Amino acid sequence: MPTTLHAALDGIEQVFDAGTMGAAEALEELKERVRPVALAQQQRLPVLPGLADLLPGAGLRRGSTVSISAVPQMGGATTLALALLAEASRAGSWVAAVGLPSLGLVAADELGVALERLVLVAAPERDGWGSVVAALIDGFDLVVLHAGRGGVRPTDARRLVARGRERGSVLVQLGAGWAGEADLALQVTAARWEGLGEGHGHLRARRVTVTSGGRGEAARPRQVDLWLPSSEGTVAPVYEPLAARPAAEPVRPLRAVS
Amino acid sequence: MAAVRTLVVRCSDWPIVAAGHDRSEAVAVVHANRVLATSPAARAAGVARRQRRREAQSHCPALVVLDHDPARDARAFEPIVAALDAITPRVEITVPGQVAFPTRGPSRFFGGDDALVERILGLVPVPCRVGVADGPFAAALAARTGEPCRVVAPGATPAFLAELPLAALEQPDLVDVLTRLGIRTLGALAALPAPDVLARFGIAGQRAWRLAGGLDEHPPATAPPPPDLTVSAELDPPADTVAPAAFVARGLAEELHRRLWARGSACTRVVIGAETDHGERLERVWRAEGALTAAAMADRLRWQLDGWIGGPARHRPTAGISRLWLAPDEVVPAGGRQLGFWGTDVATGDRAARAVARVRGLLGDGAVAIPEWRGSRDPATAIALVDVEAVDLTADRAGAHRDRVAGPWPGRLPTPSPARVHVPPVPAEVVDEQGRRVQVSGRGALSAAPHRLSVDGGTWREVAAWAGPWLLDERWWDAARHRRRARLQLLAADGQGRVVTIEAGAWAVEATYD
Repeated sequence: MPTTLHAALDGIEQVFDAGTMGAAEALEELKERVRPVALAQQQRLPVLPGLADLLPGAGLRRGSTVSISAVPQMGGATTLALALLAEASRAGSWVAAVGLPSLGLVAADELGVALERLVLVAAPERDGWGSVVAALIDGFDLVVLHAGRGGVRPTDARRLVARGRERGSVLVQLGAGWAGEADLALQVTAARWEGLGEGHGHLRARRVTVTSGGRGEAARPRQVDLWLPSSEGTVAPVYEPLAARPAAEPVRPLRAVS
Repeated sequence: MAAVRTLVVRCSDWPIVAAGHDRSEAVAVVHANRVLATSPAARAAGVARRQRRREAQSHCPALVVLDHDPARDARAFEPIVAALDAITPRVEITVPGQVAFPTRGPSRFFGGDDALVERILGLVPVPCRVGVADGPFAAALAARTGEPCRVVAPGATPAFLAELPLAALEQPDLVDVLTRLGIRTLGALAALPAPDVLARFGIAGQRAWRLAGGLDEHPPATAPPPPDLTVSAELDPPADTVAPAAFVARGLAEELHRRLWARGSACTRVVIGAETDHGERLERVWRAEGALTAAAMADRLRWQLDGWIGGPARHRPTAGISRLWLAPDEVVPAGGRQLGFWGTDVATGDRAARAVARVRGLLGDGAVAIPEWRGSRDPATAIALVDVEAVDLTADRAGAHRDRVAGPWPGRLPTPSPARVHVPPVPAEVVDEQGRRVQVSGRGALSAAPHRLSVDGGTWREVAAWAGPWLLDERWWDAARHRRRARLQLLAADGQGRVVTIEAGAWAVEATYD
């Protein structure tokens, strides 16, 4: 972007140096010059720092599709989806969640999703997915959908992907029920909870391994280890201990001295 | 410099009178599901502004509900403004239902403020209140408190304002902050040193301070607007219906806005003028709190055309309108709003609201919901889902912020919260090593450690780790709604964490840590 900025600043200087141009025309011309030149599909929505290593360009490319899954019985897909939305939502994007009646909204808040820009939409009939999601793509930067058992018709799915690409919205699919391959596929391949014992403690944090793959720029597989959620309910990177700690000195019991 | 002595005429409950209803009927005007205006009869029945439509109807089942229609208000108002034209040519319409004009000339002509007020009360054919004070802000407040008129003596305006509550400023955010600082009346605000108010609250604070002290809202402008800002358009053929004239009006408003914008100015008062084929000249002044946008100017121009062309026959021009003009009458520096440099979309809320309206049309009422914090021990009710119909998506909603929840809610689940919450809970079975259902005694003791878990009649899974039980004894004071439950966190051998509860001897999965 810096070249664009320099061009714009040069433009401003030239306009004021010339001194002949009317103020209105000058402003009009400036407006034209500083207009964003990046195409919608080159822009990216921000993600939480912990997830940046998973995504090409460290952000969600506008107009792309993302599928999120977990190895069967592993769990973690919903939390990963919420974490993926959080930063963009906080930065001002609106999020629509379709067909996710059991979404844990308190967890969403803890992960950083801005609830004032979150809208929940009931799952439409199988025939209705096309029109409902198309309407949402027009108004929302991020649309998360869970098609459930009925699934989305393949023709509808293709049309929606094309529309999302045109409007610069990101379609996030949770679970099965969506035909076609996503641009970016995220999968939770390992998950382990910490903090819960035999009758004591509580679920404190979950260590997960997330892999990403997909098409085009996302084709190179990536993998990160994360706390998802961490003990604060957010996303945190996993830091490996640098070296095993030296064994503690033996504790000397107290003894009477006099 | 003291403010210009101003007279304000305020027609009581104008949206209702304009719609042709009598004030003795129970009527309410509703916009975006909220009550905007009420008739005295409706107020007596308990209907108040900002109530939801259903709530208002529950207070007064016979309530007649009207839709808000600013064009109708403006059209019906035109004859009244025309009647006031007999007193002074410079009548400013603030909003349909309220006009203001400087009293200096008319008062001298009619023999003082009181005589002028008498005359106006006789002229206006609908119930109205009149207020005279220094400056339009104080005069509007005087009109609001007058029964039916209130004349604040020259120079007594600061004393009149000092007693009034801060809410009269109609700037809820600023008023909220000031109230928390212990400043509750306009007098208390005006007593603060001006530089401190400006330093702490910026332009909005300075404006409020000036108003509270009975000064003009803006410091007096040093230069009048140059004449080249007037925009006009010829209509050929002359328009005798609103639609073609309104089409031209839109272009005019945009042109004026563009000219003002190029000078870094904005307009708070605009003269709308029209000339007919027979040479009649019609002129009206509209004033707004804050700068008029192009759309706002176009709206006012259209309403005014509605009033002229669609009004009663004796006020209607005798021929089609052949020329329209817009002249800025009061120009202020544009405060403006800084847009994102790289083309960030500022209207995302509007876009989302439109998409939501479309989806509601496809799926029906109740299909689109937004979250609102309530506070609760249950993850399912800590955030309630509110039907989007009742909410303005473009405005900031207090309910979407966690800090709205008061109280610590002991007994709620520890952080991190479950990512999926089942409403209603999914039936489950938890058994011990011998295969007997695990029970929780009245004192909160488990009959045995949980060993296996089956969700919704599915396969049995070993329990790898567990904690609890945490007892919830809610609403014990209300026999009908009393609930006693015990909660466990279970980690199945496959690595999936769940919250299970037992109520009346039956287990259910309340939430899943997905």
